[in-house]
Amino acid sequence: MMPDLGKYAVAVLGSYAATAALVAALVVLSLWRSAQVRRALAEVEARQAQTAGAPAMAQGGK
Amino acid sequence: MSSLWEYANPQKFMGLSGRMLPWTAALSSLCLTTGLIWGFFFTPDDFRQGSTVRIIYLHVPAAMMAINAWVMMLVASLVWLIRRHHVSALAAKAAAPVGLIFTLIALVTGALWGQPMWGTWWAWDPRLTSFLILTLFYFGYIALWSAIEDPDTAADLTGVLCIVGSVFAVLSRYAVNFWNQGLHQGASLSLDRQENISDVFWFPLLVCIAGFVLLFVALVLLRTRTEIRARRLSALLARERMG
Repeated sequence: MMPDLGKYAVAVLGSYAATAALVAALVVLSLWRSAQVRRALAEVEARQAQTAGAPAMAQGGK
Repeated sequence: MSSLWEYANPQKFMGLSGRMLPWTAALSSLCLTTGLIWGFFFTPDDFRQGSTVRIIYLHVPAAMMAINAWVMMLVASLVWLIRRHHVSALAAKAAAPVGLIFTLIALVTGALWGQPMWGTWWAWDPRLTSFLILTLFYFGYIALWSAIEDPDTAADLTGVLCIVGSVFAVLSRYAVNFWNQGLHQGASLSLDRQENISDVFWFPLLVCIAGFVLLFVALVLLRTRTEIRARRLSALLARERMG
């Protein structure tokens, strides 16, 4: 199944390994930052919704 | 044309990109897997380059996308500079690290390919040199975005840098035609059958190019969505601080 790469095996496999490493790093970092920002935004939005809701509840209780 | 500008609205962009992202990511994985397996396992050695011809499936699409990513950033920067649409500035910012990774892939695979074929890892040939300068422009562009606190000023200055760097993006593509010297060959893909590579390499290469284009689109969509959320997050935090 594996083709005979002969004396160029290091160059060919090195190219594939370097590309896989660089693309994987980019994808993982992009997904990680996306999840981090999404979580932080959800927290702040929830906190602000609570503070905005608190005076309204206080007024409603009177 | 008016409908295109609707997507400058962050909410509309988030809706459309949210629907497009899973499809582009899945199609990119499919094309890359198919193209790379086809190219690596089921194509013969080249009569001159031997098994190193398999590097073409990484090197050519990465180099093409490195230049095209800069062109996309240029268009997005011009939209920002002329029409002041924030989403376009954020899309340009989001594309830069993706373009940088493609330039690094092209440089590394080019060096690994060049060593056995030319007998050297690197040569100060017009195409290689202009490509190296483009890489430095990518680093400069990313550094400039992080160095300036005010996002609008950062978008303005990086937009101008992008216009200047476009000279090297064009040179990287056409340096071989302009100077007709150096080690690097001309275009691997051409509509002229005499110039073009053999069909046995051409078809898997086309699938790999489609995979790289779709990977670029998927990553830019994902990263632009992150930038839009990050912008909203800093606006909400600023409002909180002001009480």
